[in-house]
Amino acid sequence: MSATTNSLVLAHHKDYRGSKFGIWLFLMTEVVLFGGMFLLYSVYRSKYPSDFHHAAEELNTLLGTINTLVLLTSSLTMALSIAATHHGNRKLALWMLAVTILCACTFLVIKYFEWGAKFHHGIYPGSAHLAAFPKGEILFFGLYFTMAGVHGIHVLVGVVLLTVMFIRVAGQPNAKLSFVAGHGLQHAEGGNLAVVDAQGKVLWKGDPIDSTIQRIDVRTRFWPVKSRFKVEDFNQLENSGLYWHIVDIIWIFLFPLFYLIT
Amino acid sequence: MAVYPRHDDHEHVSAPDANEVDFYHYQGRWSGLASWIFSTDHKRIGLMYLTLMLSFFLVGMSLGFLMRLELIAPGRTIVDAQTYNVFFTLHGVIMIFLFVIPGLSASLGNFILPIMIGAKDVQFPRINLLSWWLFLTGAVLAVTALFTGGGPPDTGWTFYAPYSIRTGTNITLAAFAVFVLGFSSILTGLNFVTTIHRMRAPGMGFFRMPLFVWAVYATGWLQVVATPVIGITLVLIMVERSFGIGVFDPVKGGDPILYQHLFWIYSHPAVYIMILPALGAISDIISVHARRTIFGYSFIAMSSIAIALFGSIVWAHHMFVSGNSLVANFVFSLLTMIVAIPSAVKVFNWVATLYKGSIQLETPMLYALAFIFIFMIGGFSGMMIGVLAVDVHVHDTYFIVAHFHYILFGGLGFSLFASLHHWFPKMFGRMYHQVPSKIAWFLTFIGFNVLYGPMFILGWEGMPRRYYDYLPQFQLWHVVSTVGSWIMIAGILTMIINLVHSIKHGKVCKEPNPWGGGRTLEWTVPSPPPLENFREIPVVNRGPYDLEPSESK
Repeated sequence: MSATTNSLVLAHHKDYRGSKFGIWLFLMTEVVLFGGMFLLYSVYRSKYPSDFHHAAEELNTLLGTINTLVLLTSSLTMALSIAATHHGNRKLALWMLAVTILCACTFLVIKYFEWGAKFHHGIYPGSAHLAAFPKGEILFFGLYFTMAGVHGIHVLVGVVLLTVMFIRVAGQPNAKLSFVAGHGLQHAEGGNLAVVDAQGKVLWKGDPIDSTIQRIDVRTRFWPVKSRFKVEDFNQLENSGLYWHIVDIIWIFLFPLFYLIT
Repeated sequence: MAVYPRHDDHEHVSAPDANEVDFYHYQGRWSGLASWIFSTDHKRIGLMYLTLMLSFFLVGMSLGFLMRLELIAPGRTIVDAQTYNVFFTLHGVIMIFLFVIPGLSASLGNFILPIMIGAKDVQFPRINLLSWWLFLTGAVLAVTALFTGGGPPDTGWTFYAPYSIRTGTNITLAAFAVFVLGFSSILTGLNFVTTIHRMRAPGMGFFRMPLFVWAVYATGWLQVVATPVIGITLVLIMVERSFGIGVFDPVKGGDPILYQHLFWIYSHPAVYIMILPALGAISDIISVHARRTIFGYSFIAMSSIAIALFGSIVWAHHMFVSGNSLVANFVFSLLTMIVAIPSAVKVFNWVATLYKGSIQLETPMLYALAFIFIFMIGGFSGMMIGVLAVDVHVHDTYFIVAHFHYILFGGLGFSLFASLHHWFPKMFGRMYHQVPSKIAWFLTFIGFNVLYGPMFILGWEGMPRRYYDYLPQFQLWHVVSTVGSWIMIAGILTMIINLVHSIKHGKVCKEPNPWGGGRTLEWTVPSPPPLENFREIPVVNRGPYDLEPSESK
């Protein structure tokens, strides 16, 4: 029995362009999500220009600038991490990913102190202190806390996502393929389990397949070795990177619109 | 992950396999209920959506029945005014967010779409399952909102500020439920758009896709682009209620009109999210039952895209009396008129398809014809209220209620009923009982018009919508309308009982192409289809409704 007529061929459902298409659609929904809030911002800023100007002076531009630098750095290291995987350099990729996660956490910590100070001064939505402010300033802070808050949640999600990616890259991604009895497996009956290379040479031969076999599991490991590294193997990392960049870009818009309009 | 036999002998693969089991009998990792709720098979997910949706439809219908009963006479009839408010809010929220928005796209779209394009499943099967779970979660949260907090929501389904940020009822949870449902809808849309781009069978260019696929494609884009707006709007309502940020609160300088804008920026396209797959399904059904290739294929396909595009920029016609500038009102009124053009293109093409066709008056066709009739009344009344002067007169009256029930229920509902009958043999391998299905159609169609027709007259005479009580002069038409609701509900219940009974006891119909006229790919696979639909991915060499191979466009 030759290897071709009676063997199982895995239909590898890995459409990387499809996944990328999906993630871009998702990023678009993020843009629209924040777009709704930017719409509110633009209406209220044109309605209360001077109140927005005064309220923006209350924000700590230094901390805002540091946070912007932190996020920009994280985007750089994210891109470097992906570039490192393209070159099969897993160690560098992991280091860069770790720096990215660290930057994200730093951003959140700075935000925590920044907001803590604001709360300390009685500036938070619904506070009695804020209620005495002019209407435009109430709206400014309402929008600021909401938009920066929703952005902060996205950063938090990013931290979780990138940590998962770190574990996946560190743990050498492996795939489990299952051949389940029923559809197709019966056609392999009478054959043998075997590993065959591209030239048809049998590298390893195992047990015969008969009707008692209900399922065959194959566990494979993709090692990011330079010589046989496929870019597609780190598609998930690239998609996570795209998400991280959109989080960064949103901040690029938030920062000047809230901190620099004085 | 799947395994396919590789054969050097090509002929052998094409031969039908007698041992091939359908997807119901395929033994996967799980069994019983778990084989459904953990299944990533698009067919199972579609049927699960259908089950949930129809259950909620029955709940919404019961609430509608009670509202109509209350309105049979002026003054208190069966419930008090606050309960009536709760009824119409729930009726709206359940019907809109749990029935018509997932609608044909999530239920039949899931079941039929991958088969129509010659794919084994959708692009992201696990995300597909996730979206069903999110739908279930949102539904459970919505139901929870009724029994917890300060009482069931009473704002109407629109959650208009500032009432929604003031009322003591449980709006926060209800808004969160809708947020979760919106996320589910986004994932469905994202999945379908990607699937259509990436998974069409070889040879199937965009202009060889069935029209239902075109419609779901346009819907998918709308879901992806529009739904985040309602997501953030409802988040803002929740934040407003919890922390008082003030963006929609006039006391703090906020503007409630902006809430209306944001709400309708999503909710008007949402109307097209609901209706577009319905229009697409009608195109397919009419072609099959008129035994005729569809007339004006590319015009119908492009009209779906045009409806999606124009439908996204007409939202402010819901706000003609909210204090917009006259210029804005003019522009939105004009744009609203433009949406009528692609809708009319579809109707003309359906009628042209019927012309000289061999029309088979099967139940799906009866529903489809009723759909055209009802959709036209709904569409024409939509034109009327798109006119500024008329809208100012009938705004917030029963005229509007009649209009959107003709479009949403008459449109989506009748198309869904048509589709259920049309694809019933494909889904279950059995045929529904013929006679009851036709009786049900007759009752539903007559009941529908008796129920909603009088509302046009009531609205024109000035009966405001959402009112608990009314002047005695309106009673005649209210009574007619309530009687209509009884007829229609009798019809719908007959239909549902008939279909459910037929799943187990209908005449066995294993024929891949039971109608004889089906030329799209789903009619080439066994009924019900096997787990991965196709033994071998088909190569497409003809248009979706053609018999002859053709050059690819």
